[in-house]
Amino acid sequence: MTTRIDKRFADLKKEGRAALVTFVTAGDPDYATSLEIIKGLPKAGADIIEFGMPFTDPMADGPAIQEAGLRALKAGQTLVKTLAMVKSFRESDQATPVVLMGYYNPIYLYGVERFLADAKAAGVDGLIIVDLPPEEDEELCLPTIKAGLNFIRLATPTTDDKRAPTVLRNTSGFVYYVSVLGITGTKTPDLKSVEQNVIRLKGHTKLPIAVGFGVKTAEQARIIAKSADGVVVGTALVNAVKNNLTPAGKPTPETVKAVHALVSEIAQGVRS
Amino acid sequence: MIEPNSYRTGPDEKGLFGIYGGRFVAETLMPLILDLEKAYEDAKADPSFQAELDGFLEHYVGRPSPLYYAERLTEHLGGAKIYFKREELNHTGAHKINNVMGQILLARRMGKTRIIAETGAGQHGVATATACARFGLKCIVYMGEVDIERQKPNVFRMKLLGAEVVPALSGSRTLKDALNEALRDWVANVEDTFYCIGTVAGPHPYPEMVRDFQCVIGNETKKQMLQREGRLPSSLIAAIGGGSNAMGLFHPFLDDKDVEIIGVEAAGSGLDSGKHAASITGGKPGVLHGNRTYILMDDDGQITEAHSISAGLDYPGIGPEHAWLNDTKRVTYVSATDKEALEAFQLCCQLEGIIPALEPSHALAHAMKVAPKKPKDHLMVICMSGRGDKDIFTVADHLGVKL
Repeated sequence: MTTRIDKRFADLKKEGRAALVTFVTAGDPDYATSLEIIKGLPKAGADIIEFGMPFTDPMADGPAIQEAGLRALKAGQTLVKTLAMVKSFRESDQATPVVLMGYYNPIYLYGVERFLADAKAAGVDGLIIVDLPPEEDEELCLPTIKAGLNFIRLATPTTDDKRAPTVLRNTSGFVYYVSVLGITGTKTPDLKSVEQNVIRLKGHTKLPIAVGFGVKTAEQARIIAKSADGVVVGTALVNAVKNNLTPAGKPTPETVKAVHALVSEIAQGVRS
Repeated sequence: MIEPNSYRTGPDEKGLFGIYGGRFVAETLMPLILDLEKAYEDAKADPSFQAELDGFLEHYVGRPSPLYYAERLTEHLGGAKIYFKREELNHTGAHKINNVMGQILLARRMGKTRIIAETGAGQHGVATATACARFGLKCIVYMGEVDIERQKPNVFRMKLLGAEVVPALSGSRTLKDALNEALRDWVANVEDTFYCIGTVAGPHPYPEMVRDFQCVIGNETKKQMLQREGRLPSSLIAAIGGGSNAMGLFHPFLDDKDVEIIGVEAAGSGLDSGKHAASITGGKPGVLHGNRTYILMDDDGQITEAHSISAGLDYPGIGPEHAWLNDTKRVTYVSATDKEALEAFQLCCQLEGIIPALEPSHALAHAMKVAPKKPKDHLMVICMSGRGDKDIFTVADHLGVKL
């Protein structure tokens, strides 16, 4: 079965370049602004959209994404609304893959089968669930694959050659390589070691490998794009939202523009 | 649900107690948790490990702790014969040190040099800082900013013991957020760091391992009660935040079917007020901090803030084995409010000359409700899990007294 994600990576391979994967938190700073942000991401240069499902206790995220989640929740974001936003995005874009990223509890409470049916109907292509390692595959990973969606796993610097087959076994779509030991957006990846690890992982899988956690500049993206199949940018975009809000946390005319401008800039790096 | 042959065989190889428990962690931590599981299995099978731990428990912690007949409280309540398991007499003033000694010896065995911990009331933080000082290990304790404010004496204790106390500034700035911060630290420092969790929660093998280290409470109680009374206790009562003192007392008695077992959650301002920490009574099954268990959450699956006068019970979850013991009905879970705990706190001071911590004051509060209705030959054991010196400022504040 070929998903939008598979097709996108195959197309980019023909173009001979890596994918730019952009992460923003759904509902940050509010529903309308967030929807405007994702609707403009493909035009700004995003090849794949990662949409963060806000959670009160994001244990793998740094302060920037934690705060973005809390801003969204404060503005009334829910899982139901996140799915509605994807549906709305799909009305104008049939090609750009959308991956939902987050934590298991809201999905568990929503009900796995109901969530997968609603996510598929809304036009979601894949899931990245931070707190579901391969040891918990029966919870959501296997049902997701059965539902025809991709389940994208995180591989990390602690994923050694012994562990890699376990991590990659039920992974589909692409592999998300976490470039640093730590939480999102707090450390700068060592680009040499990222390259070595990407090459090492490629020995274990034919899936595309995207690299994220700590990528903030077009120059970093350019270097990573030489060895990886995709570059994920998250915290930098979330900071662009935060830095263009009123002191009361409301959007300004610059909020959407600032995110799209940064995406365009990093897209240049990925494409050069 | 079918009654199991034994309530003491869990967890299974996936770390599950029924549907509860598991290993819901980020991939970065998974290899560490598997290493820990293996190291713990090896240690359990090594008699020299247990011998070393027993030595420290006897000479450093001061075990066995007494099983004390609370004569005046018994007379006052006029029913059950009440005993206190005196965990507050342990070094550092609470049951927390039992588990910490076990985990720190394990950390040393694994060659780890940097210890991180989360703390709510500060008792686990103090115990961890103490053991780290004893063994010359670097110690970082994460503590919610709100808890730092209401547990100042313990914060200073930790600093005196050489620990670094890092405020958790996110979310509700209490115990759950301290746990998030500790997990974030661990992800970033996988090589040298051992995460010393303070309760029977977190990813497998923590709920099992912490339980095993705390079982010394129940094992001693059983032996002491047989010596004192020639029979097993009729009932056990313990307060529950994450539930480690309760699990330590309960577990050795789970297969003694005639022993009634009661866990007391914190009802805060009352279960109907929405401001409480009663995860079983007021929560539902969900996934947080590495395990599936009962959790306080809203309809969207967002974790809600717990409320309790006791910082040690102020946690929106509960250990997964407790969740299972609730569903199998082996243990009965009830709750006591802030107000009831404060009354019990004062009564215990006045009648027994023991200043209890606010945590076991919840267990005392429940005993005050049920003991009068029991016959005089009913042997009731209350886990006096910690001493209340750390709480005198909070209590004074609630009683309107300026110190």
